[in-house]
Amino acid sequence: MSDLHWVPVCALDELVPQRGAAALIGGRQIALFRLMPEDEVLAIANEDPFSEANVMARGIVGSIGDAVVVASPMYKQHFDLRAGRSIEDPDVVVETFPTRVARGLVEIGVRP
Amino acid sequence: MRRLVVAGYGMVGHKLVETLVERGATSDWEIVVFAEEPRPAYDRVNLSRYFTGATEVDLSLAAPGFHAQTGVTVHLGDPITEVDAANHTVTGASGGRDLPGCFVYRTIEDLVAIRAWAGSARTGVVVGGGLLGLEAANALRSLGLATHVVECAPRLMPAQVDEGGAFALRRRIEELGVTVRTASQAIEVVPNEHGAVAALRFGEGPDLDADLIVFSAGIRPRDEIGRVAGLEIGARGGIVVDEGCRTSDPRVYAIGECALAAGRIWGLVGPGYDMARVVADQLAGEASSFTGADCSTKLKVLGVDVASFGDAFATTEGAESVVVSDAVDNVYRRLVLGDGGRRVLGGILVGDTGPYQVLAQMARGDLPTPPRPQDLLSGRQEPGGVAVGVGELAPTTRVCSCNNVSKATICDAVASGGLTELGQVKAATRAGTGCGGCVPVVADLLKVELAKAGVAVTDHLCEHFPFSRQELFDIVRISGGRSFGELLATHGRGRGCDICKPAVASMLASLGSGYILDGEQSSLQDTNDHFLANLQRNGTYSVVPRVPGGEIRPAQLVAIGEVAQEFDLYTKITGAQRIDLFGARVEHLPRIWERLIEAGLESGHAYGKALRTVKSCVGQTWCRYGVQDSTSLAIQLELRYRGLRAPHKIKAAVSGCVRECAEAQGKDFGVIATERGWNLFVCGNGGAQPQHAVLFAEDLDTETLIRYVDRFLMYYIRTAGRLERTAPWLNKLEGGVDYLRSVIIDDALGVCGDLEADMEQHVARYRCEWRETLADSDRLRRFRTFVNTDEPDPGVVFVRERGQPRPRRSTDEGDQSGPEPVLVGISGRRAGDTG
Repeated sequence: MSDLHWVPVCALDELVPQRGAAALIGGRQIALFRLMPEDEVLAIANEDPFSEANVMARGIVGSIGDAVVVASPMYKQHFDLRAGRSIEDPDVVVETFPTRVARGLVEIGVRP
Repeated sequence: MRRLVVAGYGMVGHKLVETLVERGATSDWEIVVFAEEPRPAYDRVNLSRYFTGATEVDLSLAAPGFHAQTGVTVHLGDPITEVDAANHTVTGASGGRDLPGCFVYRTIEDLVAIRAWAGSARTGVVVGGGLLGLEAANALRSLGLATHVVECAPRLMPAQVDEGGAFALRRRIEELGVTVRTASQAIEVVPNEHGAVAALRFGEGPDLDADLIVFSAGIRPRDEIGRVAGLEIGARGGIVVDEGCRTSDPRVYAIGECALAAGRIWGLVGPGYDMARVVADQLAGEASSFTGADCSTKLKVLGVDVASFGDAFATTEGAESVVVSDAVDNVYRRLVLGDGGRRVLGGILVGDTGPYQVLAQMARGDLPTPPRPQDLLSGRQEPGGVAVGVGELAPTTRVCSCNNVSKATICDAVASGGLTELGQVKAATRAGTGCGGCVPVVADLLKVELAKAGVAVTDHLCEHFPFSRQELFDIVRISGGRSFGELLATHGRGRGCDICKPAVASMLASLGSGYILDGEQSSLQDTNDHFLANLQRNGTYSVVPRVPGGEIRPAQLVAIGEVAQEFDLYTKITGAQRIDLFGARVEHLPRIWERLIEAGLESGHAYGKALRTVKSCVGQTWCRYGVQDSTSLAIQLELRYRGLRAPHKIKAAVSGCVRECAEAQGKDFGVIATERGWNLFVCGNGGAQPQHAVLFAEDLDTETLIRYVDRFLMYYIRTAGRLERTAPWLNKLEGGVDYLRSVIIDDALGVCGDLEADMEQHVARYRCEWRETLADSDRLRRFRTFVNTDEPDPGVVFVRERGQPRPRRSTDEGDQSGPEPVLVGISGRRAGDTG
């Protein structure tokens, strides 16, 4: 964990509650989701592994059972935002990224 | 690791490889394929598409990167000849075939050669009137040649259709300008002074002049490798195999058209695929056998629909036939019945194959035969008239063709696995994970099984709301609530999901809550509604301006063209009389719409579950036959209902006379002009399960028509299920269209006043969503690809095709690396054989 590098992305206010937004960080596309009522930001890879398009940030956020999920807007598979795992096909897992909010600024932890 | 060598890489050879890969057999088997042709397997059945724009990539059967990903080695252009090269010969049946101008029709190379020769030819003759011969005739016709078909049998397609069917087929083909000569045995090709083809000579009758001749007659198995290897060969050719497709050498299998299986050579791809599966099963360690195949086929030859199934020629003892032959429209239908007319055995359909699916299933025993099955031959059916509940399908019925999943497999998975949701069924059986066309059937099977098991089947919208869509709509309407969060807190649980959020957003929009993207509503919308455009497969969007009634001013056409040029958008005319602009990046959408709105265009709502278009013909104003002004009515209706959010998309049309050029009977609501007013049709649709609209009311004046449509649409919006179009909604409505008439015309429920008021409110509050978006800088902030930079998505890359952009595909990089491959099965046939 020591080599985790925190990259500032945007102000928390720029993220629409209960919706996603994409960020480009060091050539990598990362999807951020601002969850309510916790007002917490979760981050996963923006590429949808089923369609290979960079669209995860444009999915609808919700829950299936206890899992907080996003539905890919392309073919509607659901991904657990904390584990990155596809609900429909648990063999498919997308990368997740640690996040934190400091002084109203959203930061993503990436390994250099 | 054992090694499997496949000799021949046609469609059947590929099916074997593909099935082995799917079954994970590559961990035990190293697979090496030797192909005679310079490319991997392609769709030989549809070869003539090569002349109408299909590329080698389009026709290829292996997905891009298939061989690299699966570790299958392929040696292209390297047929198995080292066994005995002297025997590798490709000679044809017809003596004169070697003359310049004579061709066979089998490979892409053949087609390239035919096209080159056709450049200086005017007349082409196809010898052979079977499936592949007619496919070849289609190819010659598309090359602009005067085309003749010669068949030695007394009729065309003798293996599939009887005399009556062949007559209708012939009449239809002749209408296309193709001449047909049957019962004519070609005996010689006559050369001209340069030694090239000049004419075809027959046993009887005059010569037929020809600049080009294609031979396409008879299946002759490519059994030469088998002969060299000393395998047992049938008396009339073909490598003899047992029920496991094993040859006389147990280490060698033969499948496809080189094999003499179950006593015959199977000249269709379907039985070949079955043999491939049988061999794959055994290599994967399971018992399997091929004992014959169902040769039912349905296809289009030269644009004519032809189907033949079961005991088509009534060879069963005691079989009787019902024949309906329409010599005016050239439609022929024969139904073969057994058991005193109580069982469908087979049949032949030419010109209209509408009832094929149902009848072929009955012939296979997958569906019970109803009383008076011959009634199924009559052209028109009541909506749902031949629809049969999924509970009645036989257990062996193949529900998912893509993954070969039977009804029994699905039902067993539900029962034994305790499955309760569609997603679980798809994951457990793979049914519905291919093209998705069978998903409604899978969903219905799940319901039937759950009901059988005594599990209460709910119509709850999702796990977050214990209500049906109709109940939730009433809650929203009556409570007057205008927020999803509030609704979830009072009537639901959890966070919501991609089912309930857009559904509630749609209800709020139908109930006139204004701009759909402000505040909380923004987070409820599907990406299409969120960006007011349609998501495409590479993450870009398409843009469709509204063109009411299909009427558009030249200046608007120019504006659309200029926008497409400036933003480099792929442009295509839609089926709904509009223009679709593809490949728009999120960040370009506002500027694109600024330009379109300047030109007087507005949002077409192609992105929404909403009214799409009211299609029209030109009507009385221009057309000699029109009896009313259909275009003006279509525009009036489209402007009235534009932007109306509904459980699903709504399509409509107005035709100016009974010729029905606007196809109103295939729409959610359709209007057809009469001398006295308008006939209103409702609840039709095209798509995966087409259904004709039903005549709802006749000879209406315009005012009454609009009143009925207002009520009809609002009643549908209030009561339909989520993503339920009007046709299935009507099918489920108890009392059917009579009940619907009583609600809409007689106001049996006393709701018509409310329905009309809801519609008046919609009409009064309509605003173009794009105009509203552009007017507000806050609303424009969403149109960025990234929140931390203005760069575009680097993953979006276009290439050019026919002068327009299209998304880059993995095949564009040219990953067809070369050579390698070897032999277990032998599939293939000799040049000049029929398909």
